[in-house]
Amino acid sequence: MMNYNDLIFEISRPGRIGCSLPESDVPAVDVSKKLPAHLIRDEEPELPEVSELQLVRHYTALSNKNHGVDNGFYPLGSCTMKYNPKINEDVARLDGFSRIHPYQPASTVQGALGLLHELQEDLAVITGMDAVTLQPSAGAQGEWTGLMLVKAYLEQKGEKRTTVLVPDSAHGTNPASATVAGFRTVTVPSNEQGLVDVDELKKHVNEDTAALMLTNPNTLGLFEKDIVEIAKVIHEAGGLLYYDGANANAILGKTTPGKMGFDIVHLNLHKTFTTPHGGGGPGAGPVGVNKKLIPFLPVPRVVEKNDHYALNVDEPLSIGRVKGYYGNFGILVRAYTYIRTMGPDGLRQVSESAVLHANYLRKKLEPYFVSPYEQVSKHEFVLSGSKQKKLGVRTLDMAKRLLDFGYHPPTIYFPLNVEECLMIEPTETESKETLDAFADVMIQIAREVEENPDIVLNAPHTTVIGRLDEVKAARKPVVRYEKETIQT
Amino acid sequence: MTSTFRYLPDTTEDQKDMLAFLNVSSVDDLFSDVPESIRLDGELAIPNALPEPVLWKQMQKMAGKNVNAGELPLFLGAGTYDHYIPSVVNHMISRSEFYTAYTPYQPEISQGELQAIFEFQTMVCELTGMDVANSSMYDGFTALAEAASLAVAHTKRSKVVVSKAVHPESRAILTTVAAGPGYAVEEAKLTADITDLDSLKDQIDDDTAAVIVQYPNFFGSIEDVKEINALAKAHGALLIVSSNPLSLGLLQPPGRLGADIVVGDMQPLGIPMAFGGPHCGYFAVTKPLMRKVPGRIVGQTTDADGKRGFVLTLQAREQHIRRDKATSNICSNQALNALASAVCMTALGKTGLRYMARLNMEKADYAAKAFTQKGFSVMNESPFFNEFAVELPCAVADIQEQLIEKGFIGGFDLRVDYGKPNHMLVAVTEQRTREEIDQFIDVLEAVTA
Repeated sequence: MMNYNDLIFEISRPGRIGCSLPESDVPAVDVSKKLPAHLIRDEEPELPEVSELQLVRHYTALSNKNHGVDNGFYPLGSCTMKYNPKINEDVARLDGFSRIHPYQPASTVQGALGLLHELQEDLAVITGMDAVTLQPSAGAQGEWTGLMLVKAYLEQKGEKRTTVLVPDSAHGTNPASATVAGFRTVTVPSNEQGLVDVDELKKHVNEDTAALMLTNPNTLGLFEKDIVEIAKVIHEAGGLLYYDGANANAILGKTTPGKMGFDIVHLNLHKTFTTPHGGGGPGAGPVGVNKKLIPFLPVPRVVEKNDHYALNVDEPLSIGRVKGYYGNFGILVRAYTYIRTMGPDGLRQVSESAVLHANYLRKKLEPYFVSPYEQVSKHEFVLSGSKQKKLGVRTLDMAKRLLDFGYHPPTIYFPLNVEECLMIEPTETESKETLDAFADVMIQIAREVEENPDIVLNAPHTTVIGRLDEVKAARKPVVRYEKETIQT
Repeated sequence: MTSTFRYLPDTTEDQKDMLAFLNVSSVDDLFSDVPESIRLDGELAIPNALPEPVLWKQMQKMAGKNVNAGELPLFLGAGTYDHYIPSVVNHMISRSEFYTAYTPYQPEISQGELQAIFEFQTMVCELTGMDVANSSMYDGFTALAEAASLAVAHTKRSKVVVSKAVHPESRAILTTVAAGPGYAVEEAKLTADITDLDSLKDQIDDDTAAVIVQYPNFFGSIEDVKEINALAKAHGALLIVSSNPLSLGLLQPPGRLGADIVVGDMQPLGIPMAFGGPHCGYFAVTKPLMRKVPGRIVGQTTDADGKRGFVLTLQAREQHIRRDKATSNICSNQALNALASAVCMTALGKTGLRYMARLNMEKADYAAKAFTQKGFSVMNESPFFNEFAVELPCAVADIQEQLIEKGFIGGFDLRVDYGKPNHMLVAVTEQRTREEIDQFIDVLEAVTA
């Protein structure tokens, strides 16, 4: 099955169908009498025509060519590829959650609204913030929502500040979100310890500073030890502090962004709170804020009065709507189920274990790769492939070699401030045996780089397909199937 | 820290070994970099952990407090619809090789996801009549706002004109989004159930980046996109059309009527209503706009042996490469739901999709005629797809609860968004039987009498 290489369109044959729909029980409509001719479809869409079993075999064959957390270790840094619990999937599929319409009367969706309300409160506790909106669909949308809150807050105060500061190690979404929100980005360089340099930061902070976006622990996996002082610098200048929660897996029950001095926080429920990554989504990116920003939160808001839940849209200072309906509800159900599974003790253990695993694996690998920073790691760590690069083997090659051992490689070439970077996040749900086995393979690859570099340079050797020509894909884009371009 | 949680594998022994290897005495030593002043004292104040069987019961109870479309026939639409989802859809998206993977950054071990998305992109292009589609957006509403921002950036003009017959939530989100870059959003008036083309014509000028319409529109009515396109193009504005993909089984695709960008939500094709999300926005453009598209795009290429394979492509548009110069900030999307809709479109196939679209139109047509026969007046003057607005002799808000008591979930109240408290937007999908439609109208007649 691994050699299966057909497109669904290529196995299609006229006359086959993969579903059955009931006969109509109402009179037929003559579309040509109902609609003007130019609005009636005159050419059929080329959708595939296959039987149900053909459909199942096709998608099963495709799934066999895909690596997920259930297949094996997936230490993709900053993505927190932890186990996705099965009960979460079952709960989200209950008819009472999956077959309800967003515009049903509130009296018929008290269970759903109650769940949202409880989740808002739990996430407020976990982040140390005063209120939470569950609407943003993903981290990037959370960032943009947060920055629109900053904008509305400053405008209300009669201030026009246009600059958002981001460290050079920040996720790409940070500067992109700042632009979409209408701000100008200024990059703050990290110091040699991989942290925000407070003195350097001070040089960039001024009366035009709207906010500093910070990930803590940062993308190097290091806790910004000077966070209290950083918060002071930003606040004294009249700016706000934004927490990118992509790396929240390290802090559950240990500290909170609220305690650190942040004003706005987003969380990625598909990272820290086990909702599946889905091959790219859907995720959820709730945003928490402290008191002064509450009036600006998006609408609608879930409110509780005398044990009755309702949606409130009447908030004059709100930035408005950011997402259809109430966010990615099905994802929120999964995160809620996870939080109830773990409780406070469990969530704290999650972070403790994630941090233990990252430091353990780091120490195992440090003798073989360049480890650029001294400070203890949090949930992830970075290594540099600079030593191997001198021997003619790049980080990309080592990543491809890992595929031969059934591992998804770490995040590579990010953060940008580490040469030939490998960013490794083992997560708390992996066993020590898995960490040991992965370390052994990494050490073997480091040895291969020295003794038999070709095996690394020509990797992968065992995958269904070799390295793909990405330049060709971008120069002559083929982004849809067309009959003429059939290749065999 | 002991292994009492089923997702946490460390035994006391494992933990001891790892700590010893690290030369530290406790896990707390690994948090020595967190200043004392900001550490939490005590546990998080959230409810305690529940064992799986207890939790399962509690979640079932919570779900049971909601009335679902399997219990009461639903006549609500307004952007989210109760359609049949073939069983194969859930089975295919439950393959955990798909749902426990992330964005296919490593193509050699992600060919399944990449190919599935390539096929999804193709299906979206086929339905919409466009050249290029991306791998998905958060939902149809945010896709529409991104389309407007694309048009503003592309044309370097400073306003968009959006029909008031576009979904109210789309317009609301567009307004929020536009406040970022700071472009103007003007609303085009209605005449009865469709966009007023005379006033639209007056609103479009040489500073208009795009004209935005919905097809079928929020009231279910089918706008004359061809005429609207002519008005837009007379001033060099782009045409953005938001479309229910199911309707395109019958309607001329917007791409054939001049649309530059077509967006919408795949929810009607294989995605549960789920209280409004996660759904799946789609985003399709003509070739000249290909390099301005937000989000992930999958492209076909070959490996060194010439074997066909798929990769994420045209990434120079994206945030992880371009940072503050990216065309959008989107990173995570709705890939799994794109897969669900691809599976659904595959199950329906060419003939099934057209048949399902036809069933929807016929049922709505039947329902509207039945309402008229009972003396209700239907607001729609133009042909409509699977929903229409009906005028009641009383406020919609006053009878919703009674409808529930009588066993129906009624339609959408047009009071808040259109100032029509007596108008109910009624959706009739293939899920509703003739008997349910007749009974619903009887009940409405009784409760409004």
